[in-house]
Amino acid sequence: MLADQYLPVLIMLLVAGAIVTIMVNAGRLLGPRNRTETKLDTFECGNESSGSAWGRFSVKFYLTAILFIVFDVEVVFMYPWALVFRDLGWFAMSSMSIFIGVLALGLVYEWRKGALEWE
Amino acid sequence: MLIDVTIIVIKVLAVIGLVMPLAGILGWIERKGSALIHDRVGANRASILGFSGAGLVNTMVADPIKFITKEDIIPRGADRLLHTLAPCINLLPVLIAFAVLPFGDVLIVGDREINLQVAPLGVGVMYLLAMMSLGVYGVVLGGWASNNRWALLGGIRGSAQMISYELPMGLAIVSMILTYNTLDLQEMARAQGELLWGWLPAWGILYQPVAFVIFLIAGIAESKRIPFDLPESESELISGYFTEYSGVKHLMFFMTDFVEVIIVSGMITTLFFGGWQVPYLSATGFEFPGDTAIALPHLLVVVLQIAAFTIKTVFFCWFQIMIRWTVPRFRYDQLMQLGWLGLLPLGFVNIIATALMILATQD
Repeated sequence: MLADQYLPVLIMLLVAGAIVTIMVNAGRLLGPRNRTETKLDTFECGNESSGSAWGRFSVKFYLTAILFIVFDVEVVFMYPWALVFRDLGWFAMSSMSIFIGVLALGLVYEWRKGALEWE
Repeated sequence: MLIDVTIIVIKVLAVIGLVMPLAGILGWIERKGSALIHDRVGANRASILGFSGAGLVNTMVADPIKFITKEDIIPRGADRLLHTLAPCINLLPVLIAFAVLPFGDVLIVGDREINLQVAPLGVGVMYLLAMMSLGVYGVVLGGWASNNRWALLGGIRGSAQMISYELPMGLAIVSMILTYNTLDLQEMARAQGELLWGWLPAWGILYQPVAFVIFLIAGIAESKRIPFDLPESESELISGYFTEYSGVKHLMFFMTDFVEVIIVSGMITTLFFGGWQVPYLSATGFEFPGDTAIALPHLLVVVLQIAAFTIKTVFFCWFQIMIRWTVPRFRYDQLMQLGWLGLLPLGFVNIIATALMILATQD
């Protein structure tokens, strides 16, 4: 039964959610409130803040994210394959070999293109 | 129905009630353990009547109270909503991830069988993986919402690192699914109760040593601890994505770290080290090879199983603490190369090798 399986997850979510909510609000209620100008400044090791951080950052991180999405989707395809592998035998083996072969080619291509180099 | 729900609530409270204090204990063990490894005395001020071992109790009570009664500061430039939400999003998924870890077999009370696992999900491993990967949002939101350059750097470093190491972790899990032919963690733990050649417990590590190494490395990288602590590397980024957090929100980020250590240890135990299995212990008592058998009452068997799971998990927590205080931090390019060019291809090779082994032994 689906409900039997997921009811405990829901209860767990409620209990954990309550703990998290209580924790966040306990700090606000029990802690002192003594705001000063300097205290609310952005912390940059005592220097004057050099402005907002919401600017541009290295494109390498975007690239990693894109590569991750590609590979993560491929890995998800392997879960059902792994479950039915014993029933399908050599057919599953050969098709997954081709699949992983193509993936490996893609990885080699990325590597040769320098997408995985961080200087 | 009511009694079912009551049992579930008791199990949920027991698991969370065990995990949260364990996270606190780990904080203390880490201080004393690092001192042991560095040959120092370590934290010895919080003692009771001069006995520093009792400092554990003292620390566990005093630390949270201190954190909660500190001022909770949101910097002027920060996004107020996301700044408050980030520690919650960080802590919540790792806490509910414990729902699928089996900490014992079945407990029989009267004619009722209680499965010692909070949620008997058919897709257990995938649920765990999903909850682990939700942790990325807390890190990246915390870094972004702070509007602090160091925090932002820590946040994006953290997200890139965590998503990169999620791939090898997923691949290691695929090879475990191939081995056990199920996604259910309770089934996996049960499968490890068999004996090889009549005397060797068939734990996952014997079938999948390579997957274990991949999983351990990826697991430590997911929990962002040394040698993978670039998101918070305190000598470069102040304290990374939680630089702008004070008081109880800081505690929540801090706790998430330790809860992640526990969940990774729990997963290692369940997947590779027999879960709640005690060698030679079956549902009726010990059955040693060579026809020696000791019958044990059912309740004692269950207690032994729960104890075995706890001891194994705590051992791997200690193992991760030991790694943390023994090795230096990676450089960022080394980190990315290890993930993408080391563990990822190794994971693919391991899957193919596992599949070939299964086909070779099947008929």
